[in-house]
Amino acid sequence: MREFQFARAADPAGACSAAAGAGRFIAGGTNLLDLMKLEIERPEKLVDISRLPLDEVEETPEGGLRIGALVPNADLAAHAAVRMRYPVLSRALLAGASGQLRNKASTGGNLLQRTRCYYFYDTAMPCNKRDPGSGCGAIGGFNRIHAILGASDKCIATHPSDMAVAMRALDAQVETLKGDGSTRSIAISELYRLPGDTPEIENVLEQGELITHVVLPPPPPGRHAYRKVRDRASYAFALVSVAAIVAVEDGRITSARLAFGGLAHMPWRDPAVEDLLVGQAPGEEAFRRAADKLLENARGYGGNDFKIPLARRTLMATLHDIAGGRA
Amino acid sequence: MSEYKMDQPVGASPLDRGVQGIIGEPLNRVEGRRKVAGDVPYAADHKVEGKLAVGVAICSTIGFGRVKGFDTSKAEAMPGVLAAIVDDPRIPRETAGFSDEKLVTGNDRVDSYGQSLGVVVAETFEQARAAANAVKVEYDPGEGRFDAGAGRGGARPLGDEGMVPDTTVGDIDAAMASAPHTLDRTYETPSHAHAAMEPHAAIAVWEGDSLTVYTSIQITSGAKKKLVNTLGLGSDKARIVSPYIGGGFGGKGGLGTECVLAAIAAKRIGRPVKLVITRQQLFHLVYRRSDTVQRMRLACDADGRLTAFGQDSIVSQNDGRPFYEPVPLGSLALYAGANRSFTTKAYTLNIPHCGSVRAPGEAVGILGVECAMDEMAEQLGMDPVEFRKLNEPEKDLTRNRPFSERQLVQCMEEGARRFGWERRNAKPLQEREGEWWIGRGMAAAIRVNMLTNAQARLRIEPGGKVVVETDMTDIGTGSYTILSQIAGEILGMPIESVEVRLGDSLFPAAFGSGGSMGAASSGSAVALAAEDAVAELAARMGTSVKDLTLKDGHAIAGNRRVPVGDLVAQKTIETTGTIKPGAMAKQYDQAAYGAHFVEVAVSGVTGETRIRKVTSVFAAGRILNAKTARSQAIGGIIWGIGEALTEEAVTDPRYGNFANNDLAEYHVPVHADIPHLDVTFLPELDDKTNPLKIKGIGELGIAGIGAAVNNAIYNATGVRVYEFPITLDKVLAGLPAEAA
Repeated sequence: MREFQFARAADPAGACSAAAGAGRFIAGGTNLLDLMKLEIERPEKLVDISRLPLDEVEETPEGGLRIGALVPNADLAAHAAVRMRYPVLSRALLAGASGQLRNKASTGGNLLQRTRCYYFYDTAMPCNKRDPGSGCGAIGGFNRIHAILGASDKCIATHPSDMAVAMRALDAQVETLKGDGSTRSIAISELYRLPGDTPEIENVLEQGELITHVVLPPPPPGRHAYRKVRDRASYAFALVSVAAIVAVEDGRITSARLAFGGLAHMPWRDPAVEDLLVGQAPGEEAFRRAADKLLENARGYGGNDFKIPLARRTLMATLHDIAGGRA
Repeated sequence: MSEYKMDQPVGASPLDRGVQGIIGEPLNRVEGRRKVAGDVPYAADHKVEGKLAVGVAICSTIGFGRVKGFDTSKAEAMPGVLAAIVDDPRIPRETAGFSDEKLVTGNDRVDSYGQSLGVVVAETFEQARAAANAVKVEYDPGEGRFDAGAGRGGARPLGDEGMVPDTTVGDIDAAMASAPHTLDRTYETPSHAHAAMEPHAAIAVWEGDSLTVYTSIQITSGAKKKLVNTLGLGSDKARIVSPYIGGGFGGKGGLGTECVLAAIAAKRIGRPVKLVITRQQLFHLVYRRSDTVQRMRLACDADGRLTAFGQDSIVSQNDGRPFYEPVPLGSLALYAGANRSFTTKAYTLNIPHCGSVRAPGEAVGILGVECAMDEMAEQLGMDPVEFRKLNEPEKDLTRNRPFSERQLVQCMEEGARRFGWERRNAKPLQEREGEWWIGRGMAAAIRVNMLTNAQARLRIEPGGKVVVETDMTDIGTGSYTILSQIAGEILGMPIESVEVRLGDSLFPAAFGSGGSMGAASSGSAVALAAEDAVAELAARMGTSVKDLTLKDGHAIAGNRRVPVGDLVAQKTIETTGTIKPGAMAKQYDQAAYGAHFVEVAVSGVTGETRIRKVTSVFAAGRILNAKTARSQAIGGIIWGIGEALTEEAVTDPRYGNFANNDLAEYHVPVHADIPHLDVTFLPELDDKTNPLKIKGIGELGIAGIGAAVNNAIYNATGVRVYEFPITLDKVLAGLPAEAA
């Protein structure tokens, strides 16, 4: 671990100004500290935001929730309003990490956690994300956990979060504060970037821009499910995960929201897939068309080819579970 | 001093005569409370005199080639750095195994990715790690052989080089050609890492030219020898202290690089040095379990009797290493069949070399055998248990010698009864709960039983306290507890009155922990020492051993009942026991046996496997402590489940590294993967094994369980996987197209 400066912020504005230049925010540190030990992250300065008053979950006038960026994953998963009205979020959170990590990990930090690509984690290996221009070790290498959608020839890493997948399905808004005192609200659909030619740039946040809250709109209608498929029963990252919220009225699907983990550089959501479902009777045929649409541009890299049939089967089974239509 | 050689069956065991009633009891570990309270020193926890500095290993970032030079200037200028050492010819490249005389040294070349090249010492761990990363190494990369698939084609026969010499009986090819039922299948297993909870660690302290190393090592006397050989010290100039070990599994069997690097660094800077190998480094610095390819050949007559039984294997090894995974070790005597072939070929991989990992041989070898037996039973339309019983041999047909005690059939019968084996469907895809296919499978377990030289010293001190000293170790298995029980049982002492001291090379030499022979070897030595003490107590009571009863700290003869403390008030009793293996090991085939029964649920959607139920029954001689024995068994079973479902050290053939070099991506089971494990030990006393009539149990549980899992997955889904681990993608590929 390289030496670094450490500052503790007294208030959000102070955190932003302390992070101006090259500072990195640290809250739970469950990802950043590991990366610093391995020198994958080498921040010159850490700004501790863990004591900022951003740890409340509030009701919004619209009937949604405003979640402080420092609310621990464990608390958010257990929050009564989340469990009752946003069960997909509670389930996604509980599918992630371990009890100890969820106690420590923050809402904002979870959104910004970094990929678990083996080549990103080994500083002796090529990785365009860690060391732009050095190449992608995963292409042509061991790529079991890698992306099948939206990847580029520079990077095929996936985003590891479960929580962010549920939030993507819930159309969360990410509220931030910048060093100049301005604030903005970013739709989660706009927060993340695909790797393209610059996989080292993972989101649209600016240097020193602090996530303060995540706002959930009022819960969408329908039943919720979060299904995570992984290599062991717990404490592993998703090979494929599906966050689904589907409403059925009078035998027709009236609303569908589907977000996916383990498939791409960001929580994946495709409106065209949802559009195909709305108005249809739940059933094998409608679900198959949706899966075909989801995966029409999917590409495997050898070790992760299985994710294409796995995503298809997981999506269809999840839809059957919450929308019915089993033969 | 009592010395005993196992040349004939033992008569009455000293444990048979004891009346204290603590042998076999499920007693808690004597150090358990202190362990969970964080009150015992593991390797990196020892407090030493002097100001401790911290070392971090410099490791290679190429897989094969020569080292042209080092630039340590940047590292040396970093904060807190005391030395960056790359100029010592004794810098070891990799961890030494059990049988090595010394570590392979010299940092002018790279044999494998991640090998050590030197050490950086600093005031803090963080400083040392940062500086180690800043050392520039200039390489001249060579053409390393990193690709298993490419290498296996050129594998060479080992003949009698391996631990299990190639053996053929009869003519297996002819038997295969003429039998009505044959099976010729190839199973593969990948490289495995030990991944012990406690990383390899050492603290080196010099006093003049004498070195003490506090470390985590399974065999202290062996480690001391390798240490003095590697460093070029006189044999009396080093001491190894290893009282508590957080798991070893064979990976701490020889001597770790950390001991030598810490010693070199401590000498250089004139201060004690602590060095802990990081989790990522461990995957490369410690030897692995070889990948294996196992060609199983079975032939049966029309009634299902085996006429051919063969396991021909290919294993890997890095250049210049004499160890080869003894794949057929447990298979040799397992089943009948007049025509037999057990051969092994080896090929070179320039990746971390191979050595002992829990149950070398059986842990992987039984997978091939027991999956093939399941396939053959299916082909014959027979129940897998009945097929095995039909092929129970009357003796070891490979080496033509009798069994000592063998209760494999009894284990299968009792296991089937406890498990409810009759609920198994004969064909796959019969039973379903929602999307989950339910299946049941079984497999035999076997682990060879061994005995080796060991010595122990015992004292009954004034006051009646019993002190036992031997350089045996406790790798978490319960050595402290069972040795206390043995001494207490024979001397009639409550366990609180016995203090066992282990893991110090100054103590009488035992083999240590490894090969499941620690309890038998050290335990026998302790029993022999205790028997001598009993004789002395009898003399001091003025009676004979026959007429003396020892119980609850008292000696009882006739109508006299005297506290043992009174008998030693004037003079301490000190005895030494020595056990040596003898003719019994050659004359009899000795092994512990068992049978695993597993119920799985396999998702028809995703191919995920969930273990729902495990019943294992073992017969392994006398059980010294029902609780620690069960813990040993379930530890092996859990590892075996991981071996079946997830465990694989994945080599990137372009670089020769293990890509998944941490416990986030090298998947071992977590709690949610493991159901209640029903473990039973059948009563058994084996008088051919050792004076305690026990057998090794540390490696028995892992043997075969993975095959039971695979057989259950097949029984559930009809998908038979030939390449371990059975990850969901391999099951998914064979599942019916219909989703949930």
